[in-house]
Amino acid sequence: MSLSKVKHIVLVLSGKGGVGKSSVTTQLALSLSLAGHSVGVLDVDLTGPSIPRMFAIEDAKVTQAPGGWLPIIVHEADPSAGIGSLRVMSLGFLLPRRGDAVVWRGPKKTAMVRQFLSDVFWDELDYLLIDTPPGTSDEHISLAETLLQKARLDQLAGAVVVTTPQAVATADVRKELNFCAKTGIRVLGVVENMCGFVCPNCSECTNIFMSGGGEVMASDFGVRFLGRVPIDPQFLVLIETGKRPRYPKGTAVNGQDISTPSQEQNGVDETKDAALLVHKYPACSLAPIFKTITADVISAVQVIA
Amino acid sequence: MAPSLEAPEPVEDVLANPLKQKPNLVAPEPEHCPGPESEQAGTADSCAGCPNQKICAAAPKGPDPDIPLITARLAGVKHKILVLSGKGGVGKSTFTCLLAHAFATNPDSTVGVMDTDICGPSIPKMLGVESETIHISAAGWSPAWAMDNLAVMSIQFMLPNRDDAIIWRGPKKNGLIKQFLKDVEWGDLDFLLVDTPPGTSDEHLSVNTFLKESGIDGAVMVTTPQEVSLLDVRKEIDFCRKAGIRVLGLVENMSLFVCPKCTHASEIFQATTGGGRALAQEMGIPFLGSVPLDPRIGMACDYGESFFDSFPDSPACTALKGVVRELAGQIGLDAEDVMPE
Repeated sequence: MSLSKVKHIVLVLSGKGGVGKSSVTTQLALSLSLAGHSVGVLDVDLTGPSIPRMFAIEDAKVTQAPGGWLPIIVHEADPSAGIGSLRVMSLGFLLPRRGDAVVWRGPKKTAMVRQFLSDVFWDELDYLLIDTPPGTSDEHISLAETLLQKARLDQLAGAVVVTTPQAVATADVRKELNFCAKTGIRVLGVVENMCGFVCPNCSECTNIFMSGGGEVMASDFGVRFLGRVPIDPQFLVLIETGKRPRYPKGTAVNGQDISTPSQEQNGVDETKDAALLVHKYPACSLAPIFKTITADVISAVQVIA
Repeated sequence: MAPSLEAPEPVEDVLANPLKQKPNLVAPEPEHCPGPESEQAGTADSCAGCPNQKICAAAPKGPDPDIPLITARLAGVKHKILVLSGKGGVGKSTFTCLLAHAFATNPDSTVGVMDTDICGPSIPKMLGVESETIHISAAGWSPAWAMDNLAVMSIQFMLPNRDDAIIWRGPKKNGLIKQFLKDVEWGDLDFLLVDTPPGTSDEHLSVNTFLKESGIDGAVMVTTPQEVSLLDVRKEIDFCRKAGIRVLGLVENMSLFVCPKCTHASEIFQATTGGGRALAQEMGIPFLGSVPLDPRIGMACDYGESFFDSFPDSPACTALKGVVRELAGQIGLDAEDVMPE
């Protein structure tokens, strides 16, 4: 089994779509990599893969080695900077054209999920993050079945559940938490995404999708609450255009000043190069938040392992 | 050997195979299974050696006997509109509810909303009928009524506990969708709005197969402005093309956010590639309009209220009314009849 060299497998789940599973996966991967771990990301959202876009590797194609697929390398390990390697596998890489619809019924999705789990050569990995589609259906059942059967007990660390604060979203995510309970997947914690937006003009924070819903849900289910993540359009700009995030003077996250020094304008690295993403991400306001979340996830994983 | 997707996607195949009662299999379907309910079941090349082969080959072939029943049941429904998006969380359910409320402002129209999102039903909460249950009579299942002229059907009404997870594979979901169409007493409706889950899979194929004969007016696409979302919506438009569903238009949701303190407009989900308008142009489909991001829409949904009634003067409301008017035009109706001022 190709997962044999993977130390910890972490699922990123949510019953609701568009709450930021893929962006949370991306940021967890970057933060883990920045902490020096080697990371793999597996995208099993078969009908709407977003991970290739997130890492700016949409044009990449998977290489076929004897007996399996080689994942796409986003960046190699850089021990001197304390950065671990990052590899990605997604169905998006297998599509001939990016606009093509993948119209598959259940059994075919099941087969593809199994194949993704067994036929990708991951090499040595500290963490394998699995990004999932919304819901509790074919992909999830297959994923849970296959992992519970094939992965070693200490390998399957558990799931990070993502939600947004509003009641409509938590209603669906509660179903996902029940899914985890029924299938015996441990919940490492809940991330409340899109909690508050800070106006770039007047710094007023508006809770667009309300606030606190994820924390209430986590305490209802007795699972760890990993933290709140605000909306930062600069993260999206970084993903979409490769521009280093910039903030007006006086911007602070958790009391730490992250505003861009005035002399550091228009850098030379403003291209959409996947390899540079890990170097630009720390400038994003979300990076310190995810550093804490990642540390919590790691400690939760260690307790189990 | 690892399969490659370089070969053209057999979408036509999937679409051409109508769904029927699945025979009782003795083993799980293999990967290249043509589908136990398909025409080639038991006779396709990949069936050789499958333990189910005999069962599949013996299963009745031909068109689904339930489709005429569905067509008869829905004979009194004038317009059937799907709400689709490849991407999750862009506001399909929100838009479906807003559309339902907009259509229902005309007291002479009757509107039905069918929630086909089996694993994450949001419609009951948004329409304030979360605690309803289904009543079954000789005539069929009675939908829940959110207003005098607004009927709702969702799996949420069938759950013993609100938070129960519905852990179902495709065929079971298809069965329930069929029941929603065949067994629910929809009666005479002016509009039947079908809310869908994200993606292009079982639910979408089923809705299309079951409704094909009785006629779908078309589909409304919902997107948010950023490319990550447009990417998935593009796939959904491709699906509609292949399935022969008319795209009535594209709505761009969450386009601008106006700060309540300084009225500065920010693009939270930046349209780096031109947003919904550019996509509509690229794909040659009508652009119905942009709806700004207003936290009060989300709040109205959480409390199950009508946004049109609660905040009639907000810019989002004006934008939504414009979208509804455009949409009415697309299905050949007079906007004044659909939503009187």
